[in-house]
Amino acid sequence: MAQIDQLDPELGASLREKYAIVGVGETEYLRGSGTTTRAMAVNAIRNAMADAGLGPGDVDGMLSYQGADSTLSTFVSADLGIRLNFYMDVMGGGSSTEALTGIAMGVIEAGMCQTVAIFRSMNGHSQTRIGGTGARAVAPVVGEFLHERSYGWQSAGQKFAPTFLRHMYDYGTTPEQVAHVKVAHSHHASNNPKAYYNHRVTVEDVVNSRMICKPLHLLDCCVETDNATAIIVTSAERAKDMRQIPALIRGVVGRVSKPRADLHYETGPISTVAGHYAGPRLWRNAGVGPEDVDVTGSYDAFTFTTMLQLEDYGFCKKGEGGDYVSNGTTFLGGARPNNTSGGHLCEGYTHGIAMVVENVRQLRHEADDSCPIGPDGKRQHTFDYSEGGCRQVKDVEISANLGWATPGTGSAMVMRRGV
Amino acid sequence: MSETINAEYLGMNLQVDSLDNSNLAYFKHCAAHDFHLQKCDDCGLIRYPVAEGCSWCGSGNATWTAVEGKGAVHSYTEIHHAIQPAFKAYTPYMVLVVDLDTQKGAPTEHEALRIIANLVTADGVLAPPEVVASVGIGSRVRMVFTDVADGLAIPQFTLDGDAEQPSQPWRYPVE
Repeated sequence: MAQIDQLDPELGASLREKYAIVGVGETEYLRGSGTTTRAMAVNAIRNAMADAGLGPGDVDGMLSYQGADSTLSTFVSADLGIRLNFYMDVMGGGSSTEALTGIAMGVIEAGMCQTVAIFRSMNGHSQTRIGGTGARAVAPVVGEFLHERSYGWQSAGQKFAPTFLRHMYDYGTTPEQVAHVKVAHSHHASNNPKAYYNHRVTVEDVVNSRMICKPLHLLDCCVETDNATAIIVTSAERAKDMRQIPALIRGVVGRVSKPRADLHYETGPISTVAGHYAGPRLWRNAGVGPEDVDVTGSYDAFTFTTMLQLEDYGFCKKGEGGDYVSNGTTFLGGARPNNTSGGHLCEGYTHGIAMVVENVRQLRHEADDSCPIGPDGKRQHTFDYSEGGCRQVKDVEISANLGWATPGTGSAMVMRRGV
Repeated sequence: MSETINAEYLGMNLQVDSLDNSNLAYFKHCAAHDFHLQKCDDCGLIRYPVAEGCSWCGSGNATWTAVEGKGAVHSYTEIHHAIQPAFKAYTPYMVLVVDLDTQKGAPTEHEALRIIANLVTADGVLAPPEVVASVGIGSRVRMVFTDVADGLAIPQFTLDGDAEQPSQPWRYPVE
């Protein structure tokens, strides 16, 4: 059997900084979009194309991800006047964005198309409730799900919780430490005019909010919203002619899994997540390490997911994630802020793509906060992170996105500021 | 050919499809209150849950084998906000991740046959709050079955009254 965990140090570097994200766009974060996933997807991609300075003839690839809850590339491309040389719509939630970015690089490298728009469009509040209530709660229980849903074990929080609790047991992680993730992201969201929840909360607010499923309180869980989000990937060479400073892709890993991607609890330790397997491959591909990263986007479906990934990708020692997320490092003004948009806990829920959008803006040094816009059209960042103020991290050069599907599967991407 | 099993349990429609031979075999044993899992004919390891190949070695050859349903809680969640409507009457209810004694520590020290089920009373009903509050990581449990319909029962766990229990099983720090 191939020793897939032995990493050849020579591999993974050949595409380093050969591809870039050149455009980003989204719709407003709402509960009650009042429109279809198709209409939202079209608007998000149109915004991303305008951001990049691209017209319909300049995009010829499309990728999307969904859970049987969204529109398809066929309709969206037609609505945008785009003739496609490549498209696929795949099943997937969190951690899809980084994986699809890698696929986009591959299909461009293969000569299949030149420029790919990737989107996620979801009415996660007003149609298919992302928390699992509504239609999903009453669907027949069949096949593999007989061993899960029959036990009232269905929502993401319910299914991840044994990993979270076991981390507390194995390492003494406390509810208060982990609550700091929500506190940090709420501070960041207060400086993000787009955020659905933009008020700051305290550790006490989190641990005193009602219990959903131990160890998750209401405020340990992300928000459900309606929105579409898009990014555009093309070669670094083509990016030179485009409107924005490119976010160069240094390395990507996609859907890396624990020994079992289905019931990951069968292999241990269960307080270790897929980042343990993905990290070495990511850092090799990117040619940098966690210490080189200025800003992270660690997926926050729950406060715990952010902590577990930062730990298993090596931003701190194993077991010290509770300290890492509560010692100030991950706050704006700290050494390595995480989810400066407010993330899924506060800004809105997009299955991870918005965290990539945020890091692209950070790398451009153009976080869309309330700082004044100067005569050159650029935001004049104050780096005053008090409520309602700036959320641009100073001198960002390198970002890392850590996408989460489950404790058993994740994706990640490192980007660098281009010129 | 078998027929599809269709049953109602706590407001849910449980279906074991007529084409799903592996799940039909599993639940047939469960209906007889007899826990069987697939044991690989090649590497000898038992697997959970029902699958079409060996998760340890990839072999397609397996034999249904009786497995003793005794073990200890490895982790859990205690659900206060139910998603499925009929579970709301039973909150807080517990979903357990149980390390069976059988095959514990194999193939490595980090592994065990980890079974997902609820904490229930000895007759298979979701456990009341005072029992939930007494169970945590390390609690010793034994398997019982909840009868759903003719030909369908689901495996569950109840506190093992015959076993020595930890003096204080680890629980989330705030009740």
